[in-house]
This record gives sequence, C-alpha cells and structure tokens, in this order.
Amino acid sequence: MFLIYCPYCEEHREEEEFHAKGQAHIARPEDPEACSDEQWGDYLFFRDNPRGIHHELWVHAVGCRKFFNITRNTVSYEILETYRIGEQPRFTAEHPEGKPAEAVAARAEEVERQEGVKA
Amino acid sequence: MSQSLKQPNRLREGGRIDRARTLSFTFNGKRYQGHAGDTLASALLANGVDIVNRSFKYSRPRGIVAAGAEEPNALVQLGSSEAAQVPNVRATQQALFDGLTAQSTNGWPNVQRDVMSLVGKLGGRFMPPGFYYKTFMAPASMWMTYEKYIRKGAGLGRSPMERDPDSYDHLNQHCDLLVVGAGPAGLAAALTAARGGARVILCDEQEEMGGSLLDSRELLDHQPAARWAEQVATELAGLDSVTLLPRTTANGYHDHHFVTLHERRTEHLGECAPTVDGYRPSRSRMHRVRAGQVLLATGAHERPLVYAGNDVPGNLVAGAVSTYIRRYGVVPGEKLVLSVSNDHAYRAALDWDEAGREVVAIVDARRNPDGELVEQARARGIRIIEGSAVIEAKGDKRVSAARVATIDVEAFNVTGQAETLACDTIASSGGYSPVIHLASHTGARPTWNDEILGFVPSLVKGVHAAGSARGLHDLAEGLADGSAAAARALAALGLSAEAITLPQVDARREGTACALYQVPHEKPTLRAPKQFVDLQNDVTAAAIELATREGFESIEHVKRYTAMGFGTDQGKLGNINGMAIAARCLGKSIPEVGTTVFRPNYTPVTFGAIVGRHCRELFDPERYTALHQWHVENGAEFEEVGQWKRPWYFPRTVNGKKESLDEAVARECLAVREKVGILDASTLGKIDIQGPDAREFLGRIYTNKWAKLAPGRARYGLMCKDDGMLMDDGTTSCLAENHFLMTTTTGGAAGVMEWLELWHQTEWPELDVTFTSVTDHWATMTVTGPEARKLLGEITDIDLDRDAFKFMDWREGRVADVPARVFRISFTGELAYEINVQANYAMHVWKTLFEHGEKYGLTPYGTETMHVLRAEKGFIIAGQDTDGSVTPEDLGMQWAVGYDKPDSWVGKRALSRSDTRRADRKQLVGLMPKDPKVVLEEGAQIVFDPDHAIPMPMVGHVTSSYYSPTLGSGFALAVVKGGQSRMGETVYLPMADGKTHAAEIVGTIFVDPKGERQNV
Repeated sequence: MFLIYCPYCEEHREEEEFHAKGQAHIARPEDPEACSDEQWGDYLFFRDNPRGIHHELWVHAVGCRKFFNITRNTVSYEILETYRIGEQPRFTAEHPEGKPAEAVAARAEEVERQEGVKA
Repeated sequence: MSQSLKQPNRLREGGRIDRARTLSFTFNGKRYQGHAGDTLASALLANGVDIVNRSFKYSRPRGIVAAGAEEPNALVQLGSSEAAQVPNVRATQQALFDGLTAQSTNGWPNVQRDVMSLVGKLGGRFMPPGFYYKTFMAPASMWMTYEKYIRKGAGLGRSPMERDPDSYDHLNQHCDLLVVGAGPAGLAAALTAARGGARVILCDEQEEMGGSLLDSRELLDHQPAARWAEQVATELAGLDSVTLLPRTTANGYHDHHFVTLHERRTEHLGECAPTVDGYRPSRSRMHRVRAGQVLLATGAHERPLVYAGNDVPGNLVAGAVSTYIRRYGVVPGEKLVLSVSNDHAYRAALDWDEAGREVVAIVDARRNPDGELVEQARARGIRIIEGSAVIEAKGDKRVSAARVATIDVEAFNVTGQAETLACDTIASSGGYSPVIHLASHTGARPTWNDEILGFVPSLVKGVHAAGSARGLHDLAEGLADGSAAAARALAALGLSAEAITLPQVDARREGTACALYQVPHEKPTLRAPKQFVDLQNDVTAAAIELATREGFESIEHVKRYTAMGFGTDQGKLGNINGMAIAARCLGKSIPEVGTTVFRPNYTPVTFGAIVGRHCRELFDPERYTALHQWHVENGAEFEEVGQWKRPWYFPRTVNGKKESLDEAVARECLAVREKVGILDASTLGKIDIQGPDAREFLGRIYTNKWAKLAPGRARYGLMCKDDGMLMDDGTTSCLAENHFLMTTTTGGAAGVMEWLELWHQTEWPELDVTFTSVTDHWATMTVTGPEARKLLGEITDIDLDRDAFKFMDWREGRVADVPARVFRISFTGELAYEINVQANYAMHVWKTLFEHGEKYGLTPYGTETMHVLRAEKGFIIAGQDTDGSVTPEDLGMQWAVGYDKPDSWVGKRALSRSDTRRADRKQLVGLMPKDPKVVLEEGAQIVFDPDHAIPMPMVGHVTSSYYSPTLGSGFALAVVKGGQSRMGETVYLPMADGKTHAAEIVGTIFVDPKGERQNV
C-alpha cells in the first residue's frame, strides 16, 4: 500500500484515501470533430505501459477531492514526486534523476504560451 | 545429569523452562506433561514422542526436525472444542499451556499405524513428480471425483465449523525504525536507535526476546548471552519511545515500508482468549506499521543435509538439537551422530555431550577441520570422522543407525566402504541460509554469496539488514553490524545516534565451511533410498533430478513441477538444497539456476487476524435512509443497493399468511397504477451544482441541451464517457440561473461526483462551477398514482394545478408544514411528485402523508415494484440495461442527444466512429414472451435460429424481465443485434434446462405509450 503525498493537503496519507485514474497528461484534443477515427481512438484507448518512470493521474477521493499527478517508478514503486494539475514533472524518463528547476519552469512557460493546450 | 521419570528426555536442570510449573496437555488423545516455557515441540520431545505426523504424499512417519518457524513436519491441529479448532500450527512455535489439546494433521487411522503409508513404502516409484497431473488428468471430468479422495488421503488440517469466539484487532502504527528480530543484531540495533531518541518498534516471533542468544554457548561481558538479552529488553521496555512486541511475526513487507506484524496475544495462554479483569482481550493484533526505515535482523535458518532416509524420526537439524538442550532442557535422544559441513554445528555435539548422553561420532565432510569448536570436541575425546558424511539413515519409526562413508564432495560420489554406526539421532548441518523473506517481499532479488554459501538480501531504499540476515554469523560481528545499521538508518532520517558500548565477546576462530547440500549415496540418486529435500511436500532429490531430465531447467519450473517449497513452510529448510541439486543436475552454479522468491506471508496467518473487526455486522458499512425505521416497523423486506438498505417490497399478512414477493409486488403495482403509492427514493444520488458556468458545464457533460432550461424546470439527461457509452442518467433541475440539482443513480452517485470533478479540474478549470454531494441531506419521497395530486394537495401550500405545476416542473413550498422542494418527475409513468425535504424532517412528512393517505389507498412500495413499473414504461436503469458498451442511440434515445450543440460534449465524437455507426449493434428492444406465463431470465442469451447447430450465434441478451400485473403477462427489455429494425420478429432463448422460449420483438414501452397518464 502506497504512502502518497497530496500536493494540496500537503501531507502524506494512506493509499486507501486515493483513487488511481490512469496515465497523466492525456489532453483531450481541442477539436474532437477534427480528429480522424484513429486519432480519436488513440486518445481514448491507448496508454503507455513503461518499465520505470510513469506519470499518473490520481485523485484524493476521500480527502480534498483534488486531482493531481504522481511520478512513479513502476519497477520499484517508488514515488518520485507528486505535483498539481497544470504543473510539470521534474522526474522524467529523460531525466530520471530530476530536471533542474529552471528546466521545469521553462517547460511550464512554454505550455502556458500554447493557447488551449492543457497540462 | 539424569532424567525425570515422567519426561524421559528432560534434563534435571538447565534450560529456560520453569520446572516448578507443570502443565499437562493432550496429543493424539494421550496425556503428557511439560513445563511452563516449553513449546509443544519441546514438550513432545521431552516425553519421547518420535512420530508427530505422517507425510503429505507418501504418508511416511515424521518427527520434529527443527525448533522454529522453519519446521516442516510438526504441523498439528489445535483445539479441544469445535469452535477452537486451529489447523496447521507448527508445534515448534506453539507455547505450551495447561490443557492444550493437539492432534497430528495427517494420518489415518493414526500416526503410528497409517494405511496410506503403504503408498509411501511401495509407491515411491509410482508417484514421480507430476504424478497427479499425469495420472488423474484424463478424463478431465473425473478430476473432481479423484480430488475428493486425494484430499482425504492427504489432509491439510481443517477449519472450525463453529463461530470463532475470539476477536481480533488491527492497529495502525508509525515509527522511525522498525527492527524485525530480537537476536543479537536486532537488540543491538534497537538499543542504538532507542538511546538516540528514535521511535522504535522491535518485534520478534518467539515467546522471548533474544533469538540465538537464548541458546548460545558464548559469553557476553563474561556472562551468559541470554542475560545480556534480558538486560537490553528490560531497558527497552522502560523507554516510552519503544514498542516491544514479542510473539509478533513480521509477515509481509509491502510498498513504502508498510509492514504487517501479527502479534499473538493470548495463544500462549489458552486455546481461546481467557477472561482478564472481566473482559476478554483480542486474540491477536495486526499491526499495520508504516516505518521510516526498516532493519531486518531476521537471522538465518540452518540447512539440513540431504541424505538417504533423512526423514525418519530422529533426524534433526544440528542447531535444533542445541536449542532443545540449552533452552528447554530436553535431549531428543540417547545416541547422536552429527553430520556437518561447518564448524558452528559442532556445538550440537558439545551440548549433547554435556547433557550426559553419548555422541557416537561427528562426521565432517571436510578433510582437515581445525576450528576452535572442532578442537573442543577432540579434547573431549569425541570421535571425528573426517572427509565423510552420513550417507543413509536406517530405521523405520525412529533412527536405528547411520551409514557413514568417505565422500568426494566435488565429484559427488562415495569413495570408501560405509560404516554402520548404531544411534537413535542424526543431526546434520549444511550451513546457514540468511532469512531473506521480508527483503524478498519488496521485490528485490537476493544475490548468492559464495563466501557464506547462501543468498543475501538485496535491499531497496530505506531497508537495512544486519547480522546473520546478511550472512554475518559471528556473534561479535552481528552485534556491531546491528548497531551500525541502526545508525545508518537514523542518519537516513536525519536523526543522530549515539554510539553504544557493545558487550565484549571472546573472539572465536572458525574453520572454512564446505559446500555440501545433497550427500552422495553408493547408488545413483534415482535408485538410492529416498533423499528428502522438502519434507513437507515430500519432494526428493530424485524428483528434482527427474524434473531436470524431463526438461525443466528454470528453478521456477522445477519448483512448480515438483511442488518444492509450496507447503505452508514455503521451503524454508529445503529450497536452497533443492536449487543446489537442480544446479548439480544441470551442470550449473546455484546463482545460474536462479534465485528463490518468497512472498507474504512469512508464516501462515489466521483469517481472523487478517480480517480483524471487519467481519459480520462490521464487514461493510450499511447506509440507512431517514425513513429506515418506518420500513422496519412496517415489515419491509430489504434489498442491498451498494451499501444502502432499500425496502424491496412490503409483504402484508393476509389471513395469517404472509404475501410472497410476487403477490406483494402485484398488489403494489396495481395500487400505483390505480390509486397511489409511495416510494422512499432518498438513496438517489444528489449533487448540488453552483456557479456562473454551471449551465455551460452541464451542456458539456450531458449529451442533451441545457442552455434553455429555465428555473423551475427539470430535465432528464444522459451522461456518456468520452467513448460514447452511457455511464449514468438522471434528472437535473434548474433551481436558479446559476444553481442546479443533479440526480444520479443510487449506485453511480460517488462515481459521477468524481467524474464531474475530473472534467472540471483537468479539462475545464476555467469554468466557474462547484459541486457538492447532498445525497444524505435530502430525503426523497415519491408519491405516484392517479390520486397523488389529491393526497399531496391536502398537506401542501404549493399550487398543484396541472397548468400551474406542469410535468417536469419543480416548485418550492411547504409540505406537512416543513420546507420542501417538489419535483413533477415520473419514474412510473403515472402522475408523480418527488418530495424532497431536509432528511431530519422526512419521517414527519412521511407519516403525515400516511395520516392523509388511507382514504386514497396509499400503499408503500419497494424497489421491486419500482423496477416493474419503470420497465413497463421502458425507462432504463443505467448499469442494468446498459453495461458500458451501449450508446444513447443503441437505447433509441436520439431525442436526448444534442447533435447540434456548439461544443463537442463528452461522448459526442465517439458517436460518429465507424463502430458506433454499425447497423448491427445491439439495440434496446422490448420482448413479449409468446407464453404470457413465462418470465424470461435476466441475462438469458438470445438467438435468431434455435435449430442452428451448437454453438449458436448469440445475438443479444435479456437485461430486465418481470411479470406485469397490469399486462397480465411476462415482459422484458433486451439488447438484440439490429433490434430496432426487427420489430415483430420472433427470437429464441434456449435455457440451461433444455427449454427454449420464444418471444416477439416489440417497442420498449409496454404501458401508456403516449405518456398520457403522467401528464394529467
């Protein structure tokens, strides 16, 4: 059973309080009608199944009810970080030891600039 | 030293037992005596009980082999009464108490004379590995018959047939450092951490803290090692920051340092928890520990050698001999032959000799053993036979002799003539395997260490191992290692530890051990007398060799094929030996053959301990509506809907006879259709939605339009997932321009709430809207039927005129003099008012309705009638008529889909996928059975052609089916391929009993198709 740090409650709580909601950062296409069946199917049904670092969407279901993201190692089950919706992960497959803080900030700005793109 | 009369193997003095306290117990119907401080195993050995069980497969007589958790043979059934039965208890871990009653787990008619043993004697060759698979597989249909007899023959203990009188607790615990094992390393670690001020939990599975110190020959600070253990335990017990848990097994190591500790609180006192100060404590506690760091000081298990006849009672592991002598004052025999590969095991012979019994010989596989203990044995004049091993034990119900020969360990053969030594006990030691089970639970693969000839644990972050648990078997090293590991663990938490002064230990010179697992025999393994590897599952060296010959090369496959390590002991004694044998047969090294994986639990845990208080009435929470008491008082039968208890129907007693479900439902249905009925609909999910963007949000989350819904109006809505499949439905009312009340299905309430939050928080955070669950705040009473208006009119100030308060309107006012919201929503097809009041007013309103309702024939109805009435109208239940593969169009509900809404609402895009546009999708239709008396089975499969060869193409299934008292016929809703264009066609439903029902495809609305009755 995981011990999860809720980035909104700002404390560690037992996994029983949370629900896992699948892969994080799956943005719904801005214009679904413009998607081909294949593109729409990819959005709906296809998910990564990496060995190692994985970003997941969770919800503090019986706590603050907030959705947030977890970066978790699917081999060791270690949770490397939790972060709020709209924020970017520091630990990624490319940066398993953690990106420098500037890189995270830069990426966040880039996302901000692209209108309509959800984190 | 001589022996006591009643307990022939009990020493006059020595050991940690209390000879002043004599306890009597019963084993296999015979009474014996032991002492306080005994385990059942030590007491049996004291009484000279050789055979404690029959083996699982061959039914061979078996005796006690070990002294702890690793014991494979001495499994007993405890309990003098039915309710107190506990199966598969290891006698080595059961403290003796007065009146203990135990039986062998296997053996019929008894362990001394077992009819199944014929199989073991004659059948060895007929029961190779995979015997059951190979013999009983064909025909497959007979397996159930075979299995019954195989189980009876084998036996695995039995569970009690009566209710457990004991209670069990779960406790959540937190600590900086959890130390598992209170031997030298664990005590040193706990002391170091505790003196540093850390919050420490120290648990140990034994009755007493101390582990190997309790039977050690060594001195700590010039006094017996056990005394130091007592001093440390006393100091720790005095510290508030330390929780000491004896009789507590760390059973499972789960994610993020979550460790379950099973504390047995009363099992040493009696077979049920005794009454203490007028109350009965819980029998056990499951401590759910979340630790900052974990230190594993779990010690090591000694490996026995694998030689012919090594399962005859009287064969023990060497360390167990020392434990029984030094800790319990019991010598388990008269004449000992000790067969070893290392120095440490020599202490068994020294202890035996000191107990005044004969050591016939020490047989050492090494050519020139020269360690300190070897020299001590020599000095005592004990015969040491070098370069040799016991190759075979002779004897039937007890060892009678040992055949000893020189062997070539490397070449794996016997090099000399065997000598036969008369003896009644053979102790053996092939080295020590660190107890790596808990570390293994974390998923970390252990690694083989050639120096210590054993697997050492790999450790994930935050886990430490110390002492024997990582192969440091020397006492001084173990103590220092425990202390150092605790300091490292504390440092990882940012806590400081003070160095402690460790007790002084005399350095000991130990010779190098040799790698011996299976001992060669004059005959090749396949023809030699049985050499047991896994005593509990009767797996022999020959079975492993055979498995490798049959092509099983991975140790995981060998284990599964032979069942090695699959007993309740998880192969604690045998696995490494088995791997070594497989490695020998395959010409590989042990690490090349693989590692061994252990899983929770370390030792079996009773269901009671796992379940704790979560059983019976506390198994699952029950949710009651505010009207529950009235339902109970009025004889309702209840249905469980999720956690809710809902009235199912209200049977009346007519002429002393209680109505059946069918009778009650028929009466309730007609009451609603002809007069007026009332339903407690409080369980309906209710979500209060507020904010300037509430309306916009509804438009995106529902399939239909919400832009123009005016305050005072309600609308039915469909909610899909983004794959276009229906997930929930319900009505939502506009309370004010920026304020809505959404209703959901009873079972879907929590899921819908989370669904709304998901979309709002992740996709549309720019929308200003909030959601609040108000399910429990409002009680809902549905008054429905032709007389509903008249009845409600008597107790409300709301204008119920049909033009002032139209169908799908809602009004605020007073009902029975309390504030209420009344919704003209109908789930029955009749005139209906759903009255919502604050839940704590509900009983008053409900009773007032009944005070006024008698003259109108007001009838309470339950969920079953609700289902019949709604199905007659073709109203679906999401989750019953749909299953996650049904679109609104499949339901024929295009009218509730806003294709031209400006935004791409959830589910819209998917409705134009090629798959959702197929003409032969399963579509919701009505079915009328040709025989009106037939009520089709829900879930029954539908076919077009009942004469088609099996397998028939299945084209759909029944989703809802009832008998309609209004129609005087059975009727059903079903999904059928292309059903909406098959009106009037006949379909067939072949049933399991061979009957085939015929039914006509009809529309989904069976009563009042134009909807006139609800709109009056």
